[in-house]
Amino acid sequence: MTAGVGARHRKVGAMERLRGLARYTDDLALPGMLHAKILRSPHAHAKILSIDASRALAMEGVSAVVTGRDFPVAYGIIPWTRDENALCVEKALYVGDGIAALAAIDEDTAIEALSKIRVDYEPLPALLDPEAALASPLSINPHATKGNLHKHVLLEFGDVKAKLAEADHVVEGEYFFEGTTHAAIEPHCALASVEPDGLLTVWSSTQVPHYLHRELARVLELPARRIRVIQPPIGGAFGGKSEPFDLELCVAKLALVTGRPVKLLYTREEVFYAHRGRHPMRMRYRTGVTGDGRISGVDARTLIDGGAYSSFGLVTTYYSGQLLCAPYDFGAYRFDSTRVYTNKPACGPKRGHGSVQPRFAIEVQLDKAATLLGLDPIELRRRNALGHDTRTINEMAIGSNGFLACLAKVEEASGWKDKRARLPYGRGIGVAGSTYISGTNYPIYPNEMPQSAVQVTLDRSGRARVLSGASDIGQGSDTVVAVIVCEELGLGLEDVRVLSADTDLCPVDLGAYSSRLTLMVGNACLEAALALRREVTESVAKKWSVAPSRVVLADRMAIDRESPERAVPITEAFEWAESEHGLLTASGSYKTPTDRHGSYRGGTIGASPAYSFTAHVAEVRVDEETGEVELVHVWVAHDCGRAISRTLVEGQIEGSTYMGAGEALLEAHRIDARHGGVHEGPSLLDYRIPTSLDTPPIDAFIVEAPDAQGPYGAKEAGEGPLHSTIPAIANAIYDAIGVRLDRLPFGPPAVLAAIEERRRREREGTLAPHKADRASDTPRKGGA
Amino acid sequence: MLRLPRFALEVPETVGQALAALSTSEARLLAGGTDLLPNLKHRLETPSTLVSLHRLAALRGIALDEGARVLRLGTGVTLATIAHDATVKVHAPSLAEAAASVASPQIRRTATLGGNVHLDTRCRYVNQTALWRSAIGGCLKSGGTVCHVVEGGQNCVAALSSDTVPVLVALDAELVLASLVDGSEQRRTVPFARYFRSDGLRHTERARGEIATEVRVPLATGPRRATYVKWRPRATIDFPLVSIALRFDLDGEHDEAVVTDARVVVGVLGSRPRVVSTAAAMGLRMRDETLPERVAEAVWRECKPLENVPYEAPYRRTLLRVLTRRAVARLARVGAVGAT
Repeated sequence: MTAGVGARHRKVGAMERLRGLARYTDDLALPGMLHAKILRSPHAHAKILSIDASRALAMEGVSAVVTGRDFPVAYGIIPWTRDENALCVEKALYVGDGIAALAAIDEDTAIEALSKIRVDYEPLPALLDPEAALASPLSINPHATKGNLHKHVLLEFGDVKAKLAEADHVVEGEYFFEGTTHAAIEPHCALASVEPDGLLTVWSSTQVPHYLHRELARVLELPARRIRVIQPPIGGAFGGKSEPFDLELCVAKLALVTGRPVKLLYTREEVFYAHRGRHPMRMRYRTGVTGDGRISGVDARTLIDGGAYSSFGLVTTYYSGQLLCAPYDFGAYRFDSTRVYTNKPACGPKRGHGSVQPRFAIEVQLDKAATLLGLDPIELRRRNALGHDTRTINEMAIGSNGFLACLAKVEEASGWKDKRARLPYGRGIGVAGSTYISGTNYPIYPNEMPQSAVQVTLDRSGRARVLSGASDIGQGSDTVVAVIVCEELGLGLEDVRVLSADTDLCPVDLGAYSSRLTLMVGNACLEAALALRREVTESVAKKWSVAPSRVVLADRMAIDRESPERAVPITEAFEWAESEHGLLTASGSYKTPTDRHGSYRGGTIGASPAYSFTAHVAEVRVDEETGEVELVHVWVAHDCGRAISRTLVEGQIEGSTYMGAGEALLEAHRIDARHGGVHEGPSLLDYRIPTSLDTPPIDAFIVEAPDAQGPYGAKEAGEGPLHSTIPAIANAIYDAIGVRLDRLPFGPPAVLAAIEERRRREREGTLAPHKADRASDTPRKGGA
Repeated sequence: MLRLPRFALEVPETVGQALAALSTSEARLLAGGTDLLPNLKHRLETPSTLVSLHRLAALRGIALDEGARVLRLGTGVTLATIAHDATVKVHAPSLAEAAASVASPQIRRTATLGGNVHLDTRCRYVNQTALWRSAIGGCLKSGGTVCHVVEGGQNCVAALSSDTVPVLVALDAELVLASLVDGSEQRRTVPFARYFRSDGLRHTERARGEIATEVRVPLATGPRRATYVKWRPRATIDFPLVSIALRFDLDGEHDEAVVTDARVVVGVLGSRPRVVSTAAAMGLRMRDETLPERVAEAVWRECKPLENVPYEAPYRRTLLRVLTRRAVARLARVGAVGAT
């Protein structure tokens, strides 16, 4: 199997997973291990008057109980908004908030003991609507400083008012994204153990071992050097495991208190309460366009329902505006985003953090503009394309840009022109574009150290060992570093052993979020691999008395480029090099550029070394009588700069499209205001993610516009392709039946209601029938 | 994870032993367990003993009784077998269709016909965890005193969610129940049409000590067209949110064939299936263009879904009409579908 960059590879660790050998966190068991459970609030908002755990503690098999008082130090992933305690101290802020935790000899005993903890609550009014919460004098989060206003950002670039005033048309729209959750198949799990010398080890299904390490030290008031965090193989994360959670802090505390290993596995219900999923957003957009289809200005107002804690919310608030300024030139742009505390599970980062919702809004706005102007929606997007090696209106530096190539690819592959012209009523095709960051230039806590680092060591047996801080959460970061080592040192993938995400053994990496890893850990790994290649080729060159540039490392051989018959096995080359240089080891690290962002306050947030681009075309069939939308086919082209490993990139594109399709048609993370703020159905039976039978055929195309900032030109692929899925489907539904769905999800009742509303307007004569000149794919009158 | 409560497990090998085990304590029958075990994990009930029907070979037969003109199906037959069995497909194709639409392949290979017939009624306010239910103060079916579906309601309206029940009612099937009377095994037979009650807390006529042993489906006496329609948000896994079983008996297999008898049975309303009036269909030609809408109209008029399962009730009522009309039109068009 070819191991080099750009080939197809068997993913590192894939066989262990396929054969059921991978040991996830919950598969780990230690001698004497206790099981922990967390008591959760049945109230959406309540003062905790007292907690009496004496009956639980008196039970045989119960070792310890901890409450909020054992965790006086607040934490939070963003250092400026530390507004959580591991367990509630004074108040419960949503249904499911953690009140007390206990450790017992087994799970059944722990569950029974929980029911014996007596908590006296004084219920408070539950504030479940962001506008109501903003207006209320009752402050939800005890650490909040501005009542229920969590964050407000207002940024303006150019004179939006003037640009909208002189635009030929102003498209106005109001959009609502209900919010969705990650639904990773592996529930969160953590195991903690204290060694006799006092070292605390925490195994966790986290995607940010380094941040967990830091926050454990902060909350437990222990030096970080006394804590080790290990991330075992993980069963999906998607942003839902990218900050510390109550379970990690509780098992660590309970292990310290009892002196025994303690494990906690969330129930599926608890995963829904931990949430940190996509924020509900109400978005009001005004988009000015000229008669020839150019965007002259965009004015956006966004109200963000944050839930009870801030999580990454400060960043979300910025991202809701900052990440929108490509792939189109906006002319002028203003965004006004407000994030609010409510008594709901906290929202946070989900794949496409902060920008999937506004991307839906702007791409539907552009479709409305194209309809208004009688322009082909692809052509309208082409006319506004930003181009490469430029700056966005909010001053982000764009390097490579393959957006036009992406548009051309999906236009051709989908048969766009023909389908636009011919698809009958009831069937339609829609387009959308998007962009995303390849990591952020500024880390979550300000520092000037590298964001990623690796150490690579070559072994005289012909193996390479890579110590990487990066969290492989299924996206394939272990494979990316292995492929880079193979490419530079001529090894096969099975010759490379990657050890990652262990804070004792591996260098610091900030974690798997913001699509940062391929670019950042890739660059770090490339630096180390190049240094080793230099040592090896120099030693070989010396033996052969040729210039080092003549030595090629490939196919487990060192070969003389000019006389290929002269070649030695790579093991021999490594021996020569190790004899000359000593242990063959090199490190590489990656620091982000500091000259690619805006000069204004907040201008660093959303600035990335490089940006990916995507274009989606979706084809749908809509049943006019039932409102059901069938996703017939999706074509998606994604500019990832350079595909380090093709199958992995295609997998990310397909997975993103699948996830976006679920969010468009099925998923809604709802809290029931009529029943005291309970979750509408915290289970995978009631929170419906698409099954394989609900997944459309997807054609994923890789477009490569190499970027100077990325290793071999590589940019991100894991999140960008989600964004345009949703508006492409919305726009296809419009093409099919002539109704705009500005509220997500597009479930059958909503689609049917929109059809009925259009029919009413057709009857009263204010609208002409949609596609009246074409045949119909669905009975035109129908309905009840 | 969610854990099962503790219980004793009895594993009898004959119906008699099972009946004896059932009579001794607060025992609960365990067939495939695909419904019961999740409900136990949610602590919807906590029986001290489960009596497993797993080893009752006597409940696992499928027999065509030509003499009695009846298809006999053991209650222990799995739904996967019902879905694929050649005899069932020929003589009760709509039942095979319904069985094939239950949940997922894994569940159908474990779940049984008897279990599906006795599937507990479902409600969005009931099929949740203990913590969730405590947060809303419970309900009539789960330790509370109010109904969250019908304001002020004193009667539990949890939804009949079995896929096979509407079909069995539509086919005039009967259920055989075994019990111990003074130590000796007795059998009684109840038509499915009279087996269900308008009470989500106890929605069948099964007495505590009884075990359902056999489902008897009478064979069609002439040409018949029957089908089962189920609506759910996804193509698999989900319980039905709308369900309709249809059966039309005809006076012949020709274009002018006339409906001589018909059944239309709707599920997922309250806790019992609703048999819809079919007077509008009688005597009409199967191919009469007005037939689909007449039947759909009757369904729409007589069935009012409740907010007891997800998706808005008015929407599901609209679906009942549309899906019924389409199903009847399909049966009229394709003579082969459901014909015996």
